[in-house]
Amino acid sequence: METPEQIRDRLRARFPAAEVTLVPNPSPAAQHSLLVGAAHLADVAAFLRDDEALRLDYCSNVTGVDWPEKEVVETVRTSVPDPAGGPAKVAEQKIKRVQPGCLEVVYHLYSMARGHGPVIIRARTGDRSDRAVLPSLTPVWRSCEFQEREIFDLFGVRFEGHPDLRRILMWDEFEDHPMRKDYVEPDDYEWEPTPHDAVLAKAARHRTAAAAPGPAAASPGGQP
Amino acid sequence: MIEVPTDPFGLAPGPRVRPVHDEFHGDLLEVSMGPHHPSTHGVFRMIVTLDGETIVKLKPVFGYLHRNHEKLGENATYLASMPYTDRLDYLCSMTNNWAYALAVEKLTGQAVPERAEYLRVILAELTRLLNHSCLAGFLLQDCGCSGTPLMYAFREREKILDLFEALSGSRMMCNYQRFGGCRVDPTPDWLEAAKRLVDGYGRFLDEFEELLTGNEILMARTQGVGRMPAALAISAGITGPMLRAAGVAYDLRKVDGYGIYPRFNFRVPLGAQGDTYDRYMIRILEMRESIPILQQALRELPAGPILDSKAKLRGLRPKAGEAYGRIEGPKGEIGFYLISDGGPNPYRYRVRAPSFVNLTILEDLCLGHTVADAVIILGSIDIVLGEVDR
Amino acid sequence: MLGSGILQGLAVTARNLTGSFHDPARYTTTEYPEQRTVLPPNYRNFPFLVSESAADAMGTMRCVACQICEKECPPQCIYIEKSKDKKPDAAGKMQIYPLIFDIDVSVCMSCQICVEVCPFDAIKMDQEFEIATADRFQGLLFDREKLAKPNSYFHQLHPAEAAEVDARLAA
Repeated sequence: METPEQIRDRLRARFPAAEVTLVPNPSPAAQHSLLVGAAHLADVAAFLRDDEALRLDYCSNVTGVDWPEKEVVETVRTSVPDPAGGPAKVAEQKIKRVQPGCLEVVYHLYSMARGHGPVIIRARTGDRSDRAVLPSLTPVWRSCEFQEREIFDLFGVRFEGHPDLRRILMWDEFEDHPMRKDYVEPDDYEWEPTPHDAVLAKAARHRTAAAAPGPAAASPGGQP
Repeated sequence: MIEVPTDPFGLAPGPRVRPVHDEFHGDLLEVSMGPHHPSTHGVFRMIVTLDGETIVKLKPVFGYLHRNHEKLGENATYLASMPYTDRLDYLCSMTNNWAYALAVEKLTGQAVPERAEYLRVILAELTRLLNHSCLAGFLLQDCGCSGTPLMYAFREREKILDLFEALSGSRMMCNYQRFGGCRVDPTPDWLEAAKRLVDGYGRFLDEFEELLTGNEILMARTQGVGRMPAALAISAGITGPMLRAAGVAYDLRKVDGYGIYPRFNFRVPLGAQGDTYDRYMIRILEMRESIPILQQALRELPAGPILDSKAKLRGLRPKAGEAYGRIEGPKGEIGFYLISDGGPNPYRYRVRAPSFVNLTILEDLCLGHTVADAVIILGSIDIVLGEVDR
Repeated sequence: MLGSGILQGLAVTARNLTGSFHDPARYTTTEYPEQRTVLPPNYRNFPFLVSESAADAMGTMRCVACQICEKECPPQCIYIEKSKDKKPDAAGKMQIYPLIFDIDVSVCMSCQICVEVCPFDAIKMDQEFEIATADRFQGLLFDREKLAKPNSYFHQLHPAEAAEVDARLAA
């Protein structure tokens, strides 16, 4: 099978407008992936499925990943020439910037016809709120149907072109997206007073103010 | 917050909905089968729209056993997630453990000693025997046999569960594989008991087939029911015995050759029609193919350590990177996708559950059949809700 | 002949039915609680703390409240509080001991990770499964007193392993 670099070059040749970059994987598994721009994702996917050499007809796994926004501190070094004619001084400046967050969808593709794989493609959304939209690959591989629904349910990525985009694991009236990193669990979903509260109150009296919270410190009925 | 479209009664468009409602044809009846249902293999709900007895639309609804396993995986260390993997497909805990251990070993580049590889194969094939016996029993139960084949299958299954209890301490929640090998070394007595069980399993299968395979009622009920074309199966990501019943020769033990499977000589049975009878027969044939693998592995089991000397269990902090490890579990391809950021907990822990993906075409298989057939088709897909919902 | 498959199946069922009266392979029910199956030695169900002597269970516990089991426990069912003072343990060395060591048995899933990570062989797996109680909350929260069992009990459960642990600790 071709290496990810070769696939990337072929994709770039076939779809010049598509942004295809290689994302290296530093772990020993060396499963490198290709980051594909959202605009051409469906075309790239159809090409990968129908190409004679690759024939990636089996989409094994569709995963959602949440990358929240991060504050990065960059050090910029500028060379300041010495007006007196001596060696140039190097001035360091620390710039703080916020790297925008996004939601990412990773597709693991294999070929049942050729027996090779995996070819991993990724797509990132614009941001984590209004522009969390990606084209659906369900028209290309039917196996994405439920898995994309799960990503919509748990992460909040809207898939355009999905035949039936509804919540799948959570109940329909649920709000919020549980697998996001900033998800805050409600204290209890359907709280009613139970005798367990008396046990928790008694356990709380054991704990000193300085001690770390034990298992009983979690919300009533909830697990930490 | 993103606007979420709700569909509380599963009325999203299906492939074929007959819009005629005149007096001659009558109304369509919508029945909710489940989640409290003895034949849905767990808390699983199907909203079935019926025209008389014929299904015109079927929407599966699940999530009743959703325990947010993936988020628990993000908040727990790599070792602490291992007992949770037992509870995914709770019938096949050994293979779940192996898939997770394989993914972590890919992530860290961990080697596994040979004895441990043989033990993993032995336990995985025993799990396959276990799971397929369970499925054959339950499928017949769904057909209406009220327990007889089920109990015969479970009688054999109990022997395997006793073996697991003697080895790992627990019948179903074994927590046995570790990153770099296995946890407990079997004693010679255990190996003897395993050999006796495997040698006797062929006789059980003969009796089971005598009871069922030529049975006219079974054939009439399952042949031609839930026929799955191979192209649809490949596109829908179906794996495991369900895929092979449709005639596609894709068995990860042969394709990926993970572990030491290339050393074993076994055939992969394929079905011709892809209907429920084929799915049942494939599992019986796979059980028959597992027996020589087990006999060979038990014969060739080498001495040696069961855990790699460089294996790190507690305080494992793989370097940043990601890995996808998959094995041929008894239900299909079970895979784990781990993204590590260098910390003790994974950044993203994803389970690719075979039952979840195999349910994609439930509606396609059931359309045009009767309600009774829907139960049998669901039974032949072999789902376990622990995996579907995680 | 149509129906021969069904008749064959009925013959198998008849064989099993008549066999269940005299063949133990056919009738595999154990009538619990009058009869009990023999549990394998490796069977595990809920942990217990090892004390060196039965007479002074609280004073001779091997546990030094290092809290490793608390950290590694997947469902976080162990709650430990260290003591502020030190007491001599079974070997006479001054050690911290756990003031509070609670395991919530309704949460514990008997995964045995606490046993694997304990560096002091202080917590081991028990085989008690008949612990049903009428009180759902207090009855299933085992404290130090209920968890501590003597080393002789450990020898009874796993003689080979207990002997090996004793040899290692004496060295």
